[in-house]
Amino acid sequence: MTPRLNAAPLQGARVYSLLGALAAVLAPHALRIPVWVSIAVAAALAWRAWLAWRGAALPRKWLLLPLAVIGTAAVVVSYGPHLGRDASVALLAVMLALKVLELKTLRDAMVAVCLGFFLIVTNFLYSQSIATALYMLAAMAWFTAILIALEDRVRSLTIQQRFGSAATLMLQGAPLMLVLFLLFPRVQGPIFGLPQATSAGVSGLSDSMSPGSLSQLGLSDEVAFRVQFHAPPPAPQGLYWRGPVLWDFDGRTWTASSAASIGASDVHHETAGAAVSYTVTLEPHYARWVFALEVPVAAPVGTVLTGDYQLLSLRPIRNRLRYEAASHLAYRYGGDERPELLRRALRLPAGYNPRSIQLAREIRERSAADADVVANALELFRSQPFFYTLVPPELGRDSVDEFLFTTRRGFCEHYASAFVFLMRAAGVPARVVTGYQGGEINPLGNYLIVRQSEAHAWAEVWLNGQGWVRVDPTGAVSPARIQVGIAAAVPAGDPLPISVRGSFELLNRLHFAWDAVANSWNQWVLGYTPERQTRLLTDAGFGAATWQTLATLLMGVAGAVMAVLTLLILRRLRAMPSDPVARTWLAFCRKLARRGTRKRAGEGPRDFARRAASEQPTLESQIVDITDLYIALRYAGRGDRGHERRLRDLVGAL
Amino acid sequence: MTALGLGRRRGTPAVDSGSITLTQRRIYILPTRAGLLFGFTVVVMLLGCVNYNLGLGYVLTFLMSGIGIVSILHTFRNLVRLQLKPGRPEPVFAGSEALFPVLLANRDALARRSIGLMRTGETPLFVDLGPGQTTTLQISVPAAHRGRLQLERLRALTTFPIGLFYAWSNLNLDVHCLVYPRPEAGHVPLPAPRAGDSDGVQMDKGENDFAGLRKYQVGDSLRHVAWKALARGQPVMTKQFSGLAAGELWLEWDALPSTMPLEARLSRLTRWVLEAARAGHTYGLRVPSITIPPGAGLAHDHQCLTALALFRA
Repeated sequence: MTPRLNAAPLQGARVYSLLGALAAVLAPHALRIPVWVSIAVAAALAWRAWLAWRGAALPRKWLLLPLAVIGTAAVVVSYGPHLGRDASVALLAVMLALKVLELKTLRDAMVAVCLGFFLIVTNFLYSQSIATALYMLAAMAWFTAILIALEDRVRSLTIQQRFGSAATLMLQGAPLMLVLFLLFPRVQGPIFGLPQATSAGVSGLSDSMSPGSLSQLGLSDEVAFRVQFHAPPPAPQGLYWRGPVLWDFDGRTWTASSAASIGASDVHHETAGAAVSYTVTLEPHYARWVFALEVPVAAPVGTVLTGDYQLLSLRPIRNRLRYEAASHLAYRYGGDERPELLRRALRLPAGYNPRSIQLAREIRERSAADADVVANALELFRSQPFFYTLVPPELGRDSVDEFLFTTRRGFCEHYASAFVFLMRAAGVPARVVTGYQGGEINPLGNYLIVRQSEAHAWAEVWLNGQGWVRVDPTGAVSPARIQVGIAAAVPAGDPLPISVRGSFELLNRLHFAWDAVANSWNQWVLGYTPERQTRLLTDAGFGAATWQTLATLLMGVAGAVMAVLTLLILRRLRAMPSDPVARTWLAFCRKLARRGTRKRAGEGPRDFARRAASEQPTLESQIVDITDLYIALRYAGRGDRGHERRLRDLVGAL
Repeated sequence: MTALGLGRRRGTPAVDSGSITLTQRRIYILPTRAGLLFGFTVVVMLLGCVNYNLGLGYVLTFLMSGIGIVSILHTFRNLVRLQLKPGRPEPVFAGSEALFPVLLANRDALARRSIGLMRTGETPLFVDLGPGQTTTLQISVPAAHRGRLQLERLRALTTFPIGLFYAWSNLNLDVHCLVYPRPEAGHVPLPAPRAGDSDGVQMDKGENDFAGLRKYQVGDSLRHVAWKALARGQPVMTKQFSGLAAGELWLEWDALPSTMPLEARLSRLTRWVLEAARAGHTYGLRVPSITIPPGAGLAHDHQCLTALALFRA
């Protein structure tokens, strides 16, 4: 079938171009794979380039085969037998290095280009940012230009023409890409194996809290989630995004209880007013909790609501998750809390923080009811010189004692921890709630950005007749934190990220603009999930989007796009401006043919004119004039537009 | 097998004559091996994207698919409406290569890149054709035997721009090359000329003795044109030599040993024709059922060689 067109050797500039493009897509991997792999791959590329430069022979098979075995073995030894994401990439890099060393013919080059395309997609396992996308788009154009260079058999194309053609192909392929992207039936992964993306290096809340853990998070301006309210958003002090609820204290660290020990939501709740509904796009944090405003009344699809009103996803959140939620800001719940959970909300480790326990007893004695205990404790924070800071001093074994009596400088986790400790010691059931408080409206996209720096911890106390009531001791110390935001609350010297601080107007605006772009990118490119696809089709009026509907739609739209592209690409074929002189001459021949003198094949214009003149004596002078003019225009290369017009007039008058 | 409805098998006529335009009906397109590899890569990438939920990976994978599909149109566009016209090949001797000129004409405003032309199973010749450009490719065919050498099926092809698809069209060009018999090698002396058939008297005068001038006739060897006379302003004259005028050189089938096989005879006669022409003799050829009266010049040489090339016993 296909002739062996690609057995020709790969030589010259095309070798360097290919090596360069491969190096470009391998470069971002260089720091992710072991140093020895990076060095070996770089050495192989350099060696191959050197061989091309010298015109020397490539290494023999007997040399490459052991290298392949050693390389594979070394990767397996470095990573262990389970081939994860990093190990696969390292192995791919090793294989590519070996392929490069046997890059001999055009066919080998084609294989290398396909490997290159594959390497591009492996980069997306690590980063899918806009910058990565642009970089890889450029790499793709480079590889396409290489394919064109391989097919340019007579080597006539300039580098501009090759890249120009590559850009044309990519632009013409883009509409099909868009159609496939939107309509190709999406399947939720993973379909095989385990996604290897790990939580390493991802910042976010954890299921435990010790002094300093949240203030560390306060330094990060990474986005935790973005929220689109379906109505005007509530006031900042109402924006408590509920996350892990911490029940157990070991003297230093608060930890969440397992969902199993709390059970599903079974407590009674009453709400007032209308629910606030909104859509959250949550960045992956590799844990199961899902954030919602206090308190969510129903669990979004794929999540469960636990007995302590935490929303938990059924699976760890490894991908950006979009969900719809509804919450009531005026609520009352948990009045019928189970006694064993209330007992648990009083438990404290023995032998820690004796001065705080003493203080709690004093407060208890001064107070008539549990509500008074809460009020007196808050008054303590308000009246004593407590400071809210992102850089609190280190605390020792009796962390609550040290904080309450010595340092008095702390971030929200210090206040929440100390407050709940005091409550429990005073006999009021209490628990720590972590999450985020506040958020920043992006005026450009009209959505709320919640960053890691907005991480917060507060308390819930259980009061008889009222159930669980939120108490935020940080608000007692620093009302600005709750009402305005963290930037207003921390001292100016604290190392807060610029984007959070918001003091530079222009910079801030740019930041908002960029975040709006990033948000659309996340929503439409990275977060285009099967659910979104279904919703898009439902919104477009296609009813239930089964895969049959999708396939039919895909075929139809792709067919239409192909038809347009075909017209576009083939249209220019007939665009050669046909010679007006030739057109006029043909018209002349047609006219004579109607009068019975048909031009014979192979008959020149002069012979034809002579015959025509003898057959049509009445037209002789006209035939002679037309033919003379035609011959002058056509063969002698004389004449201008005026002559062309005259020819046309003569023929027209015939 | 046809691909994507762009070509139909019935489109190729048995023999094409004159100028051929590669219409849509006679162009076939199939993926190349590289195209299959590319497709395999796209499928593997798609699986990876599904498994790891790589939104950006989908973009890349689908863009690659889009490029691949669009390249079909470009490959087809590169070949369709190309015009081919066979030229007249020069006669050759058996044992050498016949060159069939084929004119490729691009009548359109778009450039055609890396258009290949080949005989089945051979390496193609590639050429670029700019807008409105024409060019001639010489298809080389080994001429093993004397006679008419028919140009076998030709194929115009392209894999441009990215080599994923192969578009081709088969051509049965009605063109042949005349192959003269292979001239016998070594020193083969010409037979002695004789003075006409009637008296059979051998001429003792030297063959090349100048005997006078006569008016030039079409077909006379340029060697014998009286250039000096022409330079003096006289009309074109051909020099006559006494040896040839009096006695004629006959290259005869019957003069050869009867044991000589047919092809060897033809080789010998071919050699004689060449020698006689080179020496500027006037000669005649006599083979069974064909007699070519004595003459000289390129047209005469060709007539004799053609008779030998097409000789049937």
